[in-house]
Amino acid sequence: MKNNNNLQNNAVLGLQSTATVAQTSESAQADTPIIQIEHLGKTFGENVVLKDIDFTVKAGDVTCIIGPSGSGKSTLLRCINLFEEPTSGRILFHGQDITATKHPSKFREKMGMVFQSFNLFNNYNVLHNCTLGPRKVLKMGKAEAEQLAKKYLAQVGMDAYINARPSQLSGGQKQRVAIARALCMNPEVLLFDEPTSALDPEMVGEVLATMRALAKDGLTMIVVTHEMSFAREVSSHVVFMDGGVIVEEGTPDEIFNNPQEERTRSFLSRV
Amino acid sequence: MIEILKEYFIDILRGVGYTMLVALIGTIVGLFIGILIGIYRTIPTPKNKVARVFKKIGDVILSAYVEVFRGTPMMVQAMVIFWGVALLNNGSTMDVTISGLIIVSINTGAYMAEIVRGGIISIDKGQFEGAHAIGMGHGKTMLYVVMPQALRNILPSVSNEFIINIKDTSVLNVIGFTELFFVAKDIVKQTYQTFQTYLLVAIVYFILTFGISMLLRLIERKMDGNKNYKVLGSQNMDAESFAKQVEASNEK
Repeated sequence: MKNNNNLQNNAVLGLQSTATVAQTSESAQADTPIIQIEHLGKTFGENVVLKDIDFTVKAGDVTCIIGPSGSGKSTLLRCINLFEEPTSGRILFHGQDITATKHPSKFREKMGMVFQSFNLFNNYNVLHNCTLGPRKVLKMGKAEAEQLAKKYLAQVGMDAYINARPSQLSGGQKQRVAIARALCMNPEVLLFDEPTSALDPEMVGEVLATMRALAKDGLTMIVVTHEMSFAREVSSHVVFMDGGVIVEEGTPDEIFNNPQEERTRSFLSRV
Repeated sequence: MIEILKEYFIDILRGVGYTMLVALIGTIVGLFIGILIGIYRTIPTPKNKVARVFKKIGDVILSAYVEVFRGTPMMVQAMVIFWGVALLNNGSTMDVTISGLIIVSINTGAYMAEIVRGGIISIDKGQFEGAHAIGMGHGKTMLYVVMPQALRNILPSVSNEFIINIKDTSVLNVIGFTELFFVAKDIVKQTYQTFQTYLLVAIVYFILTFGISMLLRLIERKMDGNKNYKVLGSQNMDAESFAKQVEASNEK
């Protein structure tokens, strides 16, 4: 019972922290996109991975990118975070082209990323994993950073484990800590690269529940996923990719209940 | 043997002191050189053309340094550097202790550069990406995430280098550095007890290296930290109950 109260409080705190995002989406600037992708292309040598990708993410959007393996979903996500350098096209972050930047770190600190393989820092405990970014990148004081980290760790239900090392946690716990670590940077948009693909079904549940709560708080998210029920229920926008192009995009209702393209229908029928 | 130890105790102690001083400082400075080179070599290739040329020149110089100092005996390096400096200074030689420290440091640095590089490339790419994703550049990623893990991984190799250095400082007797082996030669000259003296010195060397290797093993164990951790508060945070709690708070 006590725990339940805690969680509620933290959910409220979470609402406050993302209030800026929520406000932007309600105010006159509602239509100003956070991320705009224009004619994005990516090739690895001869291998064309992305062709002429266009899409837009507005504040508060939960965009799910679905599609078969090898369709370029993860590459697209990694391009947005500048982990991969696009071969052609532009990525605009608040209207500013980031593909030409010399300092990708400046943009990455505003875009959180959650990985399939968690990538928690093995040399630090849970709390230190979460405070490292705020302290060393945002130059926050130790006490303030720890307070922030504890708040987000409580939000993902990991506040009891602040002293544990990553190697001592289960996959689902690691992923929840990874989400808290990303939230500690107070990102404008959070990118998820197949966050549940390395987890067993039970752990998938705990991570998806965490992500649902974040979506409800109004956090802007781009999620590459194979969890169709998550995409259907939580997203505001679904992008279906195949062979490096966007085959179809729209609301979850449009994509899942009334797909226009044959390819989309055949993919969804097999899931 | 006991008589030798009794009579020349102070000299032997001084020899041990100099040996350990040069081995310790040489290893630490060498490790430092190795870390700097390791970090420089793993800097991603710059996009800017001019910067790329400078990076390339730096790379060539550093690999030349590593290859030359790994590829020649330290005894020869000691002679070349010691007498080379003397030649440049019109015959006046450098302080023997200082030149000994410099020679061991540069020599160790060449080996450490490769050891550190090996340590860095053994770290999973995901650790770099995790750090980059929270807005850290190459320097911060290295300093806070990669190097602490790499250093832990290379500690056995560093211990190895330290022990090699304790033994290899003996070659510095060629420039007249009064380390343990030099002291032994001196004692032999006075006592003519060659076997006894060198056996004694061998025992002293072994005590030094064995002691150091025990100490470093202890440090390794300390660095690995506690195997247990304390769970604060409720432990009822398994997948199912957590999912339920989140759902419950979502509904309200």
